[in-house]
Amino acid sequence: MEHITLLLAIVIVTALVFDFTNGFHDTANAMATTISTGAMKPKAAVAMSAVLNLVGAFLSVEVAKTISSGIVNESGITPEVIFAALVGAILWNLLTWLVGLPSSSSHALMGGLIGATIASVGVSGVNGGTVITKVLIPAIAAPLVAGIGAYLASRLTYRIGRNADTKATAKGYRAGQIASAGLVSLAHGTNDAQKTMGIITLALVAGGVLNPGSNPPLWVIVSAGVAIALGTYLGGWRIIRTMGKGLTDLQPQQGFAAQTSAASVILASSNLGFSLSTTHSCSGAVMGAGLGRKGGVVRWSTATRMFVAWGLTLPAAGLVAAGSEFVTQQGDWGVAVVAAFLIASSAAIWVYSRRQVVDHTNVNEADEAGELGETETPGVVTAAMAAVTPPPAGVPAQDDIKTTIPAPSAATSESGPASPAAV
Amino acid sequence: MKIDWVALGSVFGVSLVATVAIVGLFTLGIVGLSKQATATAGSGGGSPALARSGAYLCFALCLAAVSYGIYLIIT
Repeated sequence: MEHITLLLAIVIVTALVFDFTNGFHDTANAMATTISTGAMKPKAAVAMSAVLNLVGAFLSVEVAKTISSGIVNESGITPEVIFAALVGAILWNLLTWLVGLPSSSSHALMGGLIGATIASVGVSGVNGGTVITKVLIPAIAAPLVAGIGAYLASRLTYRIGRNADTKATAKGYRAGQIASAGLVSLAHGTNDAQKTMGIITLALVAGGVLNPGSNPPLWVIVSAGVAIALGTYLGGWRIIRTMGKGLTDLQPQQGFAAQTSAASVILASSNLGFSLSTTHSCSGAVMGAGLGRKGGVVRWSTATRMFVAWGLTLPAAGLVAAGSEFVTQQGDWGVAVVAAFLIASSAAIWVYSRRQVVDHTNVNEADEAGELGETETPGVVTAAMAAVTPPPAGVPAQDDIKTTIPAPSAATSESGPASPAAV
Repeated sequence: MKIDWVALGSVFGVSLVATVAIVGLFTLGIVGLSKQATATAGSGGGSPALARSGAYLCFALCLAAVSYGIYLIIT
């Protein structure tokens, strides 16, 4: 740790911040259905997920050798490029968290790396074909694979259990769901904490502190594990609400089917050489399970916004990263400017989020976590709610709603989605 | 650009089969246990002992699947 320059220190801290956002962004993957079906209390669920993420970070023997899976040419990568990529990824994670949409942290990071690489060495540093095979195809395949599995599994479990007493079986389903969710958490800790370790190691190698090919030092492993666990424990309640309640309404059977499907897909994909995003798999599984129950509905408006967010992940993170890289290239002051920009933007997003707080107390209350400002039309309101109460006119303009009391009724939760419309 | 359809297909097949099998087994286990509970209460038919051991067998298989999952994560 002796020759760590200021720049390197900044990169390491930024990587840990990314790890942290990754943690709270992805809590929903493992725990959203567990929380929404009542299998676990919200706080207990995130605590369990955090512990398993931490454990997962230490489980893996294999070090993430590549952080971009070959999408960019990593041989000439500099700490500045990594820094710029992280800035793009963090801001995209925070923004999607603010609007309560699940999106892939890995894709955000890949987008950031692509953008920063283009700004740094030009388009030649990016392998276009790999972008399609590693990003586009998996983004389409993951929700389909997990969704079909969860759909069939839900159908099956309702069919087998159609004569059983719902009360007697609910407890069993919850136990099963917790087990599946635990597996997802563990796999997440292994994959994603490892990614941060890979980033820090790569930065240390690029900065000449470590020899190429060396394993991450213990402090890197520990800090990456702790950062992701802390983030997980903090809980991305907005995203949990969207996944657990916003996309569809889940009963214990469906939650179990969804979580099992997600766990199977994640484990199968990471072991059979076609890696699929955890976030995409889990979202797909939730929707598939939603459709698997008779009379079950998926709120396609929410799902559409989520798909739009997935499509925007790469370009958005890439653009921010490219801009950041351009500024950092100007010299030390550029790095300082970008760091200040990152801190200011994060603070602004956090302040904005305080306007309508979503936390463990109200994560299951609202039907719809539709706080999307940038692409959305009034369609954020669920069909059911719209039928009961028409959206108050002029709400999107009321930017100054100061309420921090979470949506106690249908009417206020309708004004909720619109209030951050000026993002 | 070469899309590895074989890998994608096997991911699809394996996860589909695993999901449906595990969920099916687990449901059978739960239903078996709940049948057993009603049987001992004197209202249901069938052999409670058979239902119970069948349920435990199902749960054991699920447990094996979970253990295999953990094994896959570790290695």
